[in-house]
Amino acid sequence: MTTDISPAAPSPAPPPTAEAEPGKEQNLLQEILSGSWLVSVLAIVLALLLGGVLIAVSNADVIDAAKNLFAAPGSFFSTLFSTVGEAYSALFRGAVFDWDARTAERSIRPLTESMVNGTPLILAGLGIAMAFRSGLFNIGGQGQVILGATIAGFLGYALHLPPVVHMLIAAVGGIVGGAIWAGIAGVLKARTGANEVIVTIMLNSIAGYMLGYLLKQNWFTHTTSANPQSRTIDDSSQMFLLLPAPFRLHFGFIIAILATIFVWWLLERSTIGFEFKAVGANPHAARTAGISVSKVTIIVMVVAGALAGLGGAAQVLGTEYKLTGGISGSIGFDAITVALLGRSKPLGTFLAGLLFGAFKAGGYLMQSQTGTPIDIVLVVQSVIVLLIAAPPLVRSIFRLPTPVLKRKEA
Amino acid sequence: MKKLVSAVSIAAASALVLSACGSGDSGSSESADYMACMVSDSGGWDDQSFNQSGKEGMEAAKKNLGIEEKLAESAGDSDFKPNVDNMVQAGCNLTFGVGFLLEDTIQEAAEANTDLNFALIDSTFSDADGNPVTVDNAKPLVFNTAEAAYLAGYVAAATSESGKVGTFGGIQIPSVTIFMDGFSDGVKKYNEDNKKDVKLLGWNKEKQDGSFSGDFENQGQGQELTKQLISQGADVIMPVAGPVGLGAAAAAKEAKDVKLVWVDSDGYESTEYGDIILTSVVKEIANAVEDTIKEGKEDKFSAEPYVGTLKNEGVGLAPFHDFDSKVPDKVKKQVEDLKQQIIDGKLTVESESTPK
Repeated sequence: MTTDISPAAPSPAPPPTAEAEPGKEQNLLQEILSGSWLVSVLAIVLALLLGGVLIAVSNADVIDAAKNLFAAPGSFFSTLFSTVGEAYSALFRGAVFDWDARTAERSIRPLTESMVNGTPLILAGLGIAMAFRSGLFNIGGQGQVILGATIAGFLGYALHLPPVVHMLIAAVGGIVGGAIWAGIAGVLKARTGANEVIVTIMLNSIAGYMLGYLLKQNWFTHTTSANPQSRTIDDSSQMFLLLPAPFRLHFGFIIAILATIFVWWLLERSTIGFEFKAVGANPHAARTAGISVSKVTIIVMVVAGALAGLGGAAQVLGTEYKLTGGISGSIGFDAITVALLGRSKPLGTFLAGLLFGAFKAGGYLMQSQTGTPIDIVLVVQSVIVLLIAAPPLVRSIFRLPTPVLKRKEA
Repeated sequence: MKKLVSAVSIAAASALVLSACGSGDSGSSESADYMACMVSDSGGWDDQSFNQSGKEGMEAAKKNLGIEEKLAESAGDSDFKPNVDNMVQAGCNLTFGVGFLLEDTIQEAAEANTDLNFALIDSTFSDADGNPVTVDNAKPLVFNTAEAAYLAGYVAAATSESGKVGTFGGIQIPSVTIFMDGFSDGVKKYNEDNKKDVKLLGWNKEKQDGSFSGDFENQGQGQELTKQLISQGADVIMPVAGPVGLGAAAAAKEAKDVKLVWVDSDGYESTEYGDIILTSVVKEIANAVEDTIKEGKEDKFSAEPYVGTLKNEGVGLAPFHDFDSKVPDKVKKQVEDLKQQIIDGKLTVESESTPK
């Protein structure tokens, strides 16, 4: 794709993004994964600028002021800047540090909220990133998160065990749930060649409707409530809080850190991880080198699903405490974005997950305090991905030179 | 590139400076002493259903009572807690949650903040086992829509030419099936009174089983379900699925001679399909919200559940509008009689989902 557009893309004067080495074959995935961190940062900046435009356009005061643009340009610009500034300062206060909060605890709470929101995104994002590195488009994060949450939640209220043990068993249940769900796609891909994109998307729908069905069965929900929701999980199965009351930061965040380290070790230090990457870089060469591509495909999907399932478990055991039809929100899909922004590197995914968690946390405050539609946050996130998927575009906007091909062999 | 970077940094710096001024005066600009807040469920404010009606109540209260309002839309279930928490932190005197999914969140917030008031639309509070409980500073607003749906079922059966009427829901939850139960009984009543045999497709009250589109978003699914009902012969259809009903309306319009019974709001006014809408089963959420805010503002807030009925006009049957001339006077009179009987308590419309 990049080779197609790069000659035509730069419309402004000098075309700095000269053709990428002709003859150098690059698929989209590799191009995305090998982009520099600077492009990621610039994509975020651009997306925030565009978000600012949208905030302004969707604000009645700004529109009113725009009508008098020529009569009172000063008031237009001050309205414009104060509206956008207020929205973004609320976003910041909701995500990092709230200097307007009533208590000191409340001032620091936003940062921990970003971590809370980021936890499932990091875990599921790691799952997606692992698959990307092995050349697999795992679009099934959503289904794997749902399965993980379903099993972890069910074990959370169906069993009655001592604290910590209960939590760990429920979390392992979530891991197994996600692993099985992704494993189905892995086995189908390895044995029959079924396209993993299609299979995982279909498995997303199946998981969603299966949860919907289960929530109507009393044997599953353990409650007589006629509404489709489960019983609250036992206290013993909750991921314990790392900080006292008003904070919601829970053990799941530690798990996310450990998982990040694990994935790094797996990909960078282990033999099997080398095989993963070899298959991702060139399956034919990997096969010639004696690596069993089908075995790798299955293992990658299982591990990826396990991580996403753990994300679902963290969501139900750490923050939601009960199963509802919408337990997974859009975690599975946001995780794809997180993995892309993080260049499918463990640390990158971790940071991208935190950033998206921060957007989410900040979005709540931005909406309730300034009335800015929460959809703006979604647009900003989407634009980030759009720009990351087209690095030459970002480079041409900021007049960055095309990177020489110094990247390490994928 | 240098130029651009400096331009960006100037813009960023000025935004920061201005934002500091902006946030400084935002608190003092409104002097209203009562703040009502509302958190939606994932349907959003434009769902043509309870979120939208709830918001209309807020707007009305803002206009008529001079209160300050704050609104927060939830995109998913994990948004409820942060959204409600923000409302509490903002010092909302009264916070509404829309829909049963917010039950736990509102209940927790109410128990943790006994100095503030809360309200929950379309659901009552219950404990872990599903048994009803009362929370001292949280008021459930529920609606016995079965009563109004009963009247709609009667009219639908009376005006059906094919002898078959239909219904379907969004998701099988009590606040949806209560419409279908009432509708079913209304059809049955018409058959008993007139020795007719009008059939209801899409819902079996005894078995509590029927057609559901699966969510409150997918209009295409609503269109398909409606086409199926029409092909089975139904010519009056009641979709109980918020915006999914618009898909039903599209299918009904295409089919000719098929009428709709709208729900929640008067569909003649709220949708563009007025010419095929026989009547609507109206749920006056907006009024209930406004009244609750008024009580709160006048310091008369009580946790006593509000149950909308035909008697207190919390639910009702909308006018027939374009179909006014086509509904026989005899039927109109019978509906009036039934309405009076329900109001007087001589006739009870029963449903498993009736709010208790």
